[in-house]
Amino acid sequence: MSPDKLVRMANQIATFFRSQPGTDQADRVAAHLRDFWDPSMRAALAAHLAKGGEGLDDLAREAAQKV
Amino acid sequence: MKDFIIPTDDRDLGTPARDGAPVTLSIDGVEVTVPGGTSVMRAAALAGLTIPKLCATDNVEAFGSCRLCVVEIEGRRGTPASCTTPVAPGMVVQTQNDKLRKLRRGVMELYISDHPLDCLTCSANGDCELQDMAGAVGLRDVRYSTGANHYSAAGNGMLTPRDARATRTAPAGDLGNPNYIPKDESNPYFTYDPAKCIVCSRCVRACEEVQGTFALTIEGRGFDSRVSFGAKTDDALASDCVSCGACVQACPTATLQEKSVVELGTPTRSVITTCAYCGVGCSFKAELNGDQLVRMVPWKHGKANRGHSCVKGRFAYGYASHKDRILNPMIRDSIDQPWREVSWDEALGFAASRMRGLQEKYGRKSIGVITSSRCTNEETYLVQKLARAVFGNNNTDTCARVCHSPTGYGLGQTFGTSAGTQDFDSVEQSDVIMVIGANPHAGHPVFASRMKKRLRAGAKLIVIDPRRTETVEGPHYRAAHHLPLRPGTNVAVVTAMAHVIVTEGLMNESFIRERCDWDEFQHYAEFVGQPKNSPEATEMLTGVPAADLRAAARLYATGGNGAIYYGLGVTEHSQGSTTVMGIANLAMLTGNIGRQGVGVNPLRGQNNVQGACDMGSFPHELPGYRHVKGAEVRAVFESLWGVELDPEPGLRIPNMLDAAVSGNFKGLYCQGEDILQSDPDTKHVAAGLAAMECVIVHDLFLNETANYAHVFLPGSTFLEKDGTFTNAERRINRVRRVMAPRNGYEDWEITQLLARAMGANWGYTHPAQIMDEIAATTPSFAGVDYAMLEEKGSVQWPCNEKSPEGTPLMHVDGFVRGKGRFIVTEYVATDERSGPRYPLLLTTGRILSQYNVGAQTRRTANVVWHDQDVLEVHPHDAEQRGINEGDWVKLASRSGETTLRATITDKVSPGVVYTTFHHPTTQANVITTDFSDWATNCPEYKVTAVQVSPSNGPSEWQEDYAAQAALARRILPAAE
Repeated sequence: MSPDKLVRMANQIATFFRSQPGTDQADRVAAHLRDFWDPSMRAALAAHLAKGGEGLDDLAREAAQKV
Repeated sequence: MKDFIIPTDDRDLGTPARDGAPVTLSIDGVEVTVPGGTSVMRAAALAGLTIPKLCATDNVEAFGSCRLCVVEIEGRRGTPASCTTPVAPGMVVQTQNDKLRKLRRGVMELYISDHPLDCLTCSANGDCELQDMAGAVGLRDVRYSTGANHYSAAGNGMLTPRDARATRTAPAGDLGNPNYIPKDESNPYFTYDPAKCIVCSRCVRACEEVQGTFALTIEGRGFDSRVSFGAKTDDALASDCVSCGACVQACPTATLQEKSVVELGTPTRSVITTCAYCGVGCSFKAELNGDQLVRMVPWKHGKANRGHSCVKGRFAYGYASHKDRILNPMIRDSIDQPWREVSWDEALGFAASRMRGLQEKYGRKSIGVITSSRCTNEETYLVQKLARAVFGNNNTDTCARVCHSPTGYGLGQTFGTSAGTQDFDSVEQSDVIMVIGANPHAGHPVFASRMKKRLRAGAKLIVIDPRRTETVEGPHYRAAHHLPLRPGTNVAVVTAMAHVIVTEGLMNESFIRERCDWDEFQHYAEFVGQPKNSPEATEMLTGVPAADLRAAARLYATGGNGAIYYGLGVTEHSQGSTTVMGIANLAMLTGNIGRQGVGVNPLRGQNNVQGACDMGSFPHELPGYRHVKGAEVRAVFESLWGVELDPEPGLRIPNMLDAAVSGNFKGLYCQGEDILQSDPDTKHVAAGLAAMECVIVHDLFLNETANYAHVFLPGSTFLEKDGTFTNAERRINRVRRVMAPRNGYEDWEITQLLARAMGANWGYTHPAQIMDEIAATTPSFAGVDYAMLEEKGSVQWPCNEKSPEGTPLMHVDGFVRGKGRFIVTEYVATDERSGPRYPLLLTTGRILSQYNVGAQTRRTANVVWHDQDVLEVHPHDAEQRGINEGDWVKLASRSGETTLRATITDKVSPGVVYTTFHHPTTQANVITTDFSDWATNCPEYKVTAVQVSPSNGPSEWQEDYAAQAALARRILPAAE
């Protein structure tokens, strides 16, 4: 699956949770990824992260590390 | 006519029901107690006494014009009309005596004097109230001469040919009647014969009161008076008539008559069932001769539609017998080959071995299913069960992915459940109705009629929509506020409304404190109160004047019962889920939840969107919206199904297509959906399908997706199967088999055959057993079974031990999740932005006469109203581009381009263009992009940056596509 699309989707999710109150935004992004992304998508995101995670914003990156 | 299914009282009681305090009176010596406000006519009918009538019918208010229903009442003078006389305590009524009989005969004699007596050859023979009443009052002679309007326009002095008296010699010197008006047969579904009109005005009143279109009137005086479709030059087709059929249903004679009855004769049996078009879920009587469907008549006891219908449900059923229907299974090795008709065994064996082979070669998760919102709950349940229990993965998704998946997420997060909060009756008690991103006039017409009735009674309307839709303004109502926002700015508008409500202190604090999470509210109030969320600050980006937005917010917050109805204009955005949360926030802020007249109501696009979601079609949820990660929930199904379930979510439709393009997803069973036409970015969908090695399409027709299929399993229509649909108000309605499936099997049987071919041991013999399994596994359906549905007609979930009668209103004493949860809704501009190359924004939608991808409605006479998709362009944008009305134009985005004809209108704002997606020759979705909602991947259909320019004809892509489709649809004859 195209890393560009996964990065874009992960960043969209992070953008939403960044606006939410609290200090656990990364956990909530990670939970969303676990709840709604098929394991192959999460694996592809992890692989992209392992290669540097180009394009991932900070919160998405932090969340991807927690998935 | 006998109703074989439900022995419900279908009599016409003459006048509508009332709900006053009980009143007891005596009618013909029978004591009867009825609600206050009830007419004497209805009270008599309820007591089993029939008073003759012509102008009265219980679908419209009493009119008192025919004088056939006169009665005598002790202590009152004269002979009042029983239809317009309300009951009173102790009233003593007499409906039959010599005086009344004489009066009624006199009235009937006058009516008959102006009515052709061609009863034996009349299309209403046997179903004519005038005929019935002539018998009831004992009419035996007519002393008056025949009305002039029956004479032939030929001017030869002859009567109308159909008149039984036409054989008589015309009076000497009679030159015929130049005013004779022939039958109007312009409408594809019904005829209008002025000669048969008795001027009872039932059709006029039905058009006004029930439908709300006001297309009909009475013109002329005396013998010249007749029903008219507006101006003298208007015929039925050219008029404002929307062909809902209410007038035809109301007509007591053959004046307004279904063409199908003219052709096929009066029906002799009927079956109650549920419409398979939009999410209103209207109940219909399918009326037949043998297994020949004669007509569909809206059922008065249907709780969603209350006896009303639209042009689709009422008339557009011809697709079921259309020549394009595929009735035999077909297979092919590759999509460049023609189809081969084969036996069911061969087709299923081929499909099963291919799918199992793919799993062996590429892994268990390399195949999946798409369930359909057009199919029944039982069928949908089986398809997701096929994925989970037979394929062994959670790769199941539904077309709700591309429409209301953000509703599931947004309402789930805020209220705790994914469903509308009200029943449709609730709108009758609304004071302010806010419609956001929906055009019920076109998409949910029967609900629109009920809403418009309330608006005519004084309720206020707010419409938030980029277009000035038909919902904004209609006969005798106009939206108090239309906020024509720029596409993609829903969140900013909804949040700005909340800003007004919070900063002006208009919120319902006691409701919030009692019913909602106070801490979450504090965060939310602090957020929305920020100046950046004020209408003045957001005006530049939304295009909505701040003053209008403030006024609308104040009206919603302070105008009494405030109800929100919303559609795909809310959900199909990159922030679709956020807008749904914003809408829920507004309802909680103002306490507009948990009682009649208020609430948050997603208008579901297709008939069973709600049900498909309820049934566990989504890849992360088992039936009843329970996440697959829950071991306890999985255990319920594992013990019943005897398999271990995958605890991880599966692929959603866009993910399946992405994975297919990447080479990881290889097989798909697609039931009742046409993803190639309906899903965004057609080229990407085509690439995904082309990359799969086994695509099984289960459908009525060789749809666009079937061009990429290897197996075609012919499906059954809603008329040919048993099951249930769940409409937008969570109402579970029975779908009943009206005739045998022309393809040989009901759809649930075909899924079962495929499962068995793949090794499952399913043994259902009736959909009732599937519903029993749903009830046994899904708490919100625990009390539902077919026996109960037969008894009650329908029920709204949750229906279980706690709510054995079902749940018309949700969140009455508390939210399903406990405390209602306010969620911060930060506006984030979509990445899809207009610019120099693509300076306009395209938004898409639907039209009244067509439905979704048009697979059904394009195969009916509805094409007379919409035979192609057209592009709405604002005059300013058209002038800049040199585009005139009706010109071919090229519509291009970064995804692709197509051509279609333009229509110039200020319904759209400058900078915005609009089209529908009903026709595959246009393929509007070749333009839309792969951007989607952040939470659910629901596509962003409603915002695409485009350019429009003059064109000479079809685009290269359209020509290539048409050529490929023609090749893909070749069918070899079956082997001998």
